[in-house]
Order: sequence, then C-alpha cells, then structure tokens
Amino acid sequence: MKKIEVIQNVLEANETIASRNQQLLDKHKVFAINIMSAPGAGKTSLILQTLTRLKGRLNIAVIEGDVASTVDAEKVQSEAKAVVQINTRNMPESCSLIAAMIESALKDMPLDNIDLILIENVGNLICPAEFTLGEHKRVVISSLPEGDDKPIKYPLIFIDADAVIINKMDLLPHVDFDIAAFRRSIVGLNPKVEVFQLSSKTGEGIERWCSWILEQVETNVVNR
Amino acid sequence: MLHQMHELGVTENIVNITLAKAGEAQANKVIQINLVVGELSGFVPDCIQFYFDTLSKDTIVQGAVLHFESVPAQLRCRNCSTIFPPQDTLWSCPKCGGQSVEIFKGRELYIESVEVE
Repeated sequence: MKKIEVIQNVLEANETIASRNQQLLDKHKVFAINIMSAPGAGKTSLILQTLTRLKGRLNIAVIEGDVASTVDAEKVQSEAKAVVQINTRNMPESCSLIAAMIESALKDMPLDNIDLILIENVGNLICPAEFTLGEHKRVVISSLPEGDDKPIKYPLIFIDADAVIINKMDLLPHVDFDIAAFRRSIVGLNPKVEVFQLSSKTGEGIERWCSWILEQVETNVVNR
Repeated sequence: MLHQMHELGVTENIVNITLAKAGEAQANKVIQINLVVGELSGFVPDCIQFYFDTLSKDTIVQGAVLHFESVPAQLRCRNCSTIFPPQDTLWSCPKCGGQSVEIFKGRELYIESVEVE
C-alpha cells in the first residue's frame, strides 16, 4: 500500500470557474452582486425596488436562483434588462447557486449592454456561504422576524459578506430584535462590513443602498 | 432530500481528484481517502458517504474507505490574538472580552491524502 499526499481543496473546481466568470464580467465591464438570505427575507422585493430606483441610471440584469419555479423571474421581468432563471432542483447543488450555473447563465446575457447583474441566490444561509460565483460583492439580507441571533448561528455567510442588509425595518415595533446586538455581532465577525437598515415595503433606507451600488459600480469601472 | 444537499458536487470533486492522483501513481485500487472537514464548514460526512457510494461505482475508487478527520472550530481574537473555541452563542474572547473575532480553524474541506495499491 502506498500513501499519496494530496492536500487539495475540494472546492477548488468551483473557485476556478468563479474566477473565470469574474474575468468575463470584467472584460465586459459588468459588476455582479450575489444576494443571499434565508427564504422570505426579501431578496426579490429588494431587487424589484433596486431595479425601479436605478432604472435609467444603470442597465441591470437579474439571475434568479430557485430550487423550482419561475415566479421570481416573472416578477422582475418587466423591470430588468435581462433575466435568467436557474432552477437547481435537478442539479448537483440544489441548495445554492454554484459558479458553473452562473457560467452558463452568462452565455445567455447581452453582457455589452449590461452594467450590473444582481444574482438572487437560493434562499439558504448555509450552502451559499461555501460557493463563490465570480461576483464582485457578496450581500446578505437578514430580516427582523428572523431574529437577531443569525450571525452567531450562521457565521460563515456573514464573515464573507461585503454588506449586510437589515430588512423589514417597518416591523421593528412588533418584534424583539436588538439592532445594536445584531450590528455588534456582525461587525465583530467582519469589521469591514457595510450595514444597511431598510424596508423594501416602505422604501425607508433604500436610497442609501442604491447610492452604495452606484458607487461600487462606478469605482469598479474607473479602476479598470 | 431536496434541501440542503450540496454534497453531491463536492463528492464528485472528491472522486475526480482521487482518480487523477491514483492515475498519476498508476495505482490499481484506492483503499482509503483521508479527508479533513472543518466543524464550521457546511458539509456533512454522512451525506458525502452517501453520494460517494454511488459515484465511485465501477471505478478503482469503489469500496474505498472515506476517513473524515474533523477539525474543531477555533477562533482568534482580533484584539489580543488569543485562540479559543467558540462557546455556543457567545463568541467573545475569554481573555479580553473582545467581540471582534476571526475563524482560525474549522472551515477546512480538503483531501489530505489517498492510500492506494
């Protein structure tokens, strides 16, 4: 019997495709944001709000990841420049988008006419943390009804996030959510993280989020 | 089975990497695959084993033992550099009480070695 040293990251195959995706996006000057959250935290609503507010300023495409159905794609269809729905049900990873799925979605997109791609990941706080897609920024949405302990229960997704959104702020009077404690725990895990408090329903705080996106996209284009 | 199954693709990678390494070594059979899995990584050994049994069928990897070495989570305080295990929901440093911590160990998922003949 012979022992062969390997020391090879099992996720390397995904990371290789992810960096290829980013090169392709960079070549076409497209900025990509991976939006992750638990089911029901408000990914689709926030994307809709963002599309409406940034219309005329950025050409935005959306990649929708769901285990099944096209309901989310239908909702954003009229506002986005292009929409690709990915159903993960019959794929090797059903609980998260992976880089290979984005690679094939990008083939269906008019990249030269797009400034920004919003990628709505599958609703899940565990699996998407493990897979990079080739995105430029990773954003996690936490909504008030989920409770303020999520960063401690699912630390990985928060540790790698560039921004965290506290959504459904309009529900604050009705739930026990300690905003200060939540902010302390995410900043503890991830000191550079940007935090937004907003409500997709009332529109409160959306302006600041959209300005952040514009700033990111502009900085990215200038740096290339 | 529909939810939270991200081990299939990962197991495919494990089989592919092992096949490549065993091929380079001109091995006839793979006896054992030694994997290192961090406690904080989202991967479940039982799940990897389940897919492995199917994916390795009719290859020289079929029947190999999957050996999982679990790496316990360790955190490092960004303030005083103390390394400590996470205490349930409390991730503050036991030495200085700092709440700014980084993961020192526990995110691993790699093949350490394969045993062939």
